[in-house]
Amino acid sequence: MLSTVAERMYWLARYLERVENTARLVGVYHKLLLDLPNGVDITWYNLIILNSAESTFNERYKNRDERNVLKFMLFDEQSGSTLSAAKMLRENVRTSRDVLASEVWECVNELYLYIRDNTQQGLLRRPRYEFIDGIIKSCQQLNGLLSDTTNHDDGWQFIKLGKNLERADMTTRILDAGVSLLLPSSDDIGVNLHQVVWGHVLRSLSADLSYRRTVRTRIGGAEVISFLLEDEFFPRTLRYCHNRIVESVYKLPRQKAVLAQLEAMGPFEFNAASDDEIDQRFRDHINELQIQFAGLHQCFYDNWFAIGQA
Amino acid sequence: MSIDWHNYDAGCFFDELISSPGHARLPARRLVSHLGRLDSDEIQMRREMAQATIEQMGVTFTVYTEEGNIDRAWPFDIIPRIISAKQWATLDLGLKQRLKALNFFIDDVYHDQNIVKDGIFPAHILTDSKNFRPECQGVSPPFGVWANICGTDLVRDDSGKFYVLEDNLRVPSGVAYMLENRSITKRVLPELFENDRILPINEYPSKLFDTLAALSPRKIKKPEIVVLTPGIYNSAYFEHAFLAQQMGVELVEGRDLQVSDDDKVYMRTIAGLEQVDVIYRRIDDMFLDPECFDKNSVLGVPGLMRAWRAGNVALANAPGAGVADDKVVYAFVPQMIEYYLNEAPIIDNVKTWLCFEPDQRAYVLDNLESLVVKPANESGGYGMLIGPHSTKRQRNNFIRLIKANPRNYIAQPTLNLSVSPTLIDGADLEPRHLDLRPFILQADDIYVTTGGLTRVAMERGSLVVNSSQGGGSKDTWIVDTEVRR
Repeated sequence: MLSTVAERMYWLARYLERVENTARLVGVYHKLLLDLPNGVDITWYNLIILNSAESTFNERYKNRDERNVLKFMLFDEQSGSTLSAAKMLRENVRTSRDVLASEVWECVNELYLYIRDNTQQGLLRRPRYEFIDGIIKSCQQLNGLLSDTTNHDDGWQFIKLGKNLERADMTTRILDAGVSLLLPSSDDIGVNLHQVVWGHVLRSLSADLSYRRTVRTRIGGAEVISFLLEDEFFPRTLRYCHNRIVESVYKLPRQKAVLAQLEAMGPFEFNAASDDEIDQRFRDHINELQIQFAGLHQCFYDNWFAIGQA
Repeated sequence: MSIDWHNYDAGCFFDELISSPGHARLPARRLVSHLGRLDSDEIQMRREMAQATIEQMGVTFTVYTEEGNIDRAWPFDIIPRIISAKQWATLDLGLKQRLKALNFFIDDVYHDQNIVKDGIFPAHILTDSKNFRPECQGVSPPFGVWANICGTDLVRDDSGKFYVLEDNLRVPSGVAYMLENRSITKRVLPELFENDRILPINEYPSKLFDTLAALSPRKIKKPEIVVLTPGIYNSAYFEHAFLAQQMGVELVEGRDLQVSDDDKVYMRTIAGLEQVDVIYRRIDDMFLDPECFDKNSVLGVPGLMRAWRAGNVALANAPGAGVADDKVVYAFVPQMIEYYLNEAPIIDNVKTWLCFEPDQRAYVLDNLESLVVKPANESGGYGMLIGPHSTKRQRNNFIRLIKANPRNYIAQPTLNLSVSPTLIDGADLEPRHLDLRPFILQADDIYVTTGGLTRVAMERGSLVVNSSQGGGSKDTWIVDTEVRR
């Protein structure tokens, strides 16, 4: 397999995952804000902070209100919005049409047009849920198409590498989103904020059912964190993604250096005795994990994508 | 409201579907009566469906603009252009005859130049040729064939007679659109495929694959074939990707390839370097190899010509094949057919005046108003003078150009190109001018597409069919009227 093709497979999977997860992230906020009583100081702008996009956002928008944040997260032409990720996804598929089934291209094209042509659906509150749901469904359809129409050869392993790496990174961001909501929290708002927030974190990852069946306890911060970092079976946890990456790497040629790096990663666990211990220390831990996954990406690049390039 | 064929009049032009108002030609009868039964809402729906299909399939071409490159949806008219299978059989023979002669010619000019020695072809045309490559002299590509893929443009005059307008032997494009046009029509007018015997066209990718595989220097079971594209910003990128996908071969850019010290070509893969046997290159000669041609080219592969001359890799088309893609050389094709094949040409050339011949030049300069003047080596319809539509100033400019460089200009009569009914608004039909580009493949075997790409000038009265200049296209049906099912 051509190095450039492998690289495009990898990136298309990352962008596909990014479209879906960005939509999920917006979805969590959308639902969460509906559940919170008036006067709670949680703003849409947190989403921008989470994506480390403050400076790009502030260059373009003055007001940090719902509409602008949504414009930025969903439709911005340049930043990491669903639209710009879909555009990059489309570009990677467009340039890989020689190795992908034509249905994949058609589906990606539809997804891109759907986001581009439905700006109002995303910005208005009433149709927003349906709009976001539409994006997520398209992404899942694409994942199914990719899985069932592409050869499960080397290219497929690169798709899995991209998907799992992006997913692990996004899970850390969604966890971070949860914590960021709680840190400046005031306890006297009449609802159990912790339970509401962690519940939404789980739901945003479609992990609520799996969590309940696996953890068998009420929803609490320490348990949710431990589940999303360490569970071996739920396909969005860091442990799971890491394991799948290891599996894929084993099936690829010249994998030694990458395996060594994978072994050196971790630990994923974070020990917190209670929700109160989920603090800055946890955010540092998450940050460290994000750095490790970024290093893994660099390792893929050096090992497979930059062949023969001085 | 539905289509009223009695109101459709092609005037003095030859119409592809209609012989006189209200009367369809034999192979078009079913189509014409079927369209006549659809009401305008139904026709509008089919049109929208075609448009949606094009968007969904992502059939695009790239237009270069100052603001950047834009992907445009492929402009498509749902009413097909129809030719009878019987007539096509003759054209098929004529196109094969022509490409064979052209390949004999190219092989000859890079070896002994017998055609020059025998006084058939003037030596100075070669020495002044922009596309003659001295670097190619003495090289013998497989089967003596230099142009493996050829796109020949055919036009019809007001009597309906076919002529060859030009032969594209460098990197002819359009075949993917031909195939996609058929897919669209099958979705939009499926009912016609049940009754009419429309000959299929979908074997092209496998024929192309066979042609390329036959060129492999290594006689191995699975030669490594690649399509070399300049990249996503090329106007034909869609086609490069499409063909690679249809053939199941790698689509590569120059940076994916390298020529090593053993003069062999390798591609960079995740497992290391792998040898490449055949390159279907969609890059012009000048950009192929910075060691040999344009030093600044970043599209090509340094050392590629070295590997090709050493016989370690096949290039299709071979470098230098474009020597015959010259409108002056074109004028000599009938003589080539007689010289190399000892046959009479089956399809005629359009009458052509060569400006380097003093008598012919004098005629051209006196009759600019009625002629089309073309530069010898431009493609895409650029740099032409269309006499009847020109201003005095433009003609004066061409008089200067021709006098300064007579070798570079030819002139042809302004043809009354044939027309075909084309949907303009709702169910309104108007005649629009068109041409036809069939594709011919030659290696150990020779093959012609069944039909080709029909290009339509979408503006009323316009003769310019190039997609880069506002042209559109139609599906092309070769219909067998002699077999009844």
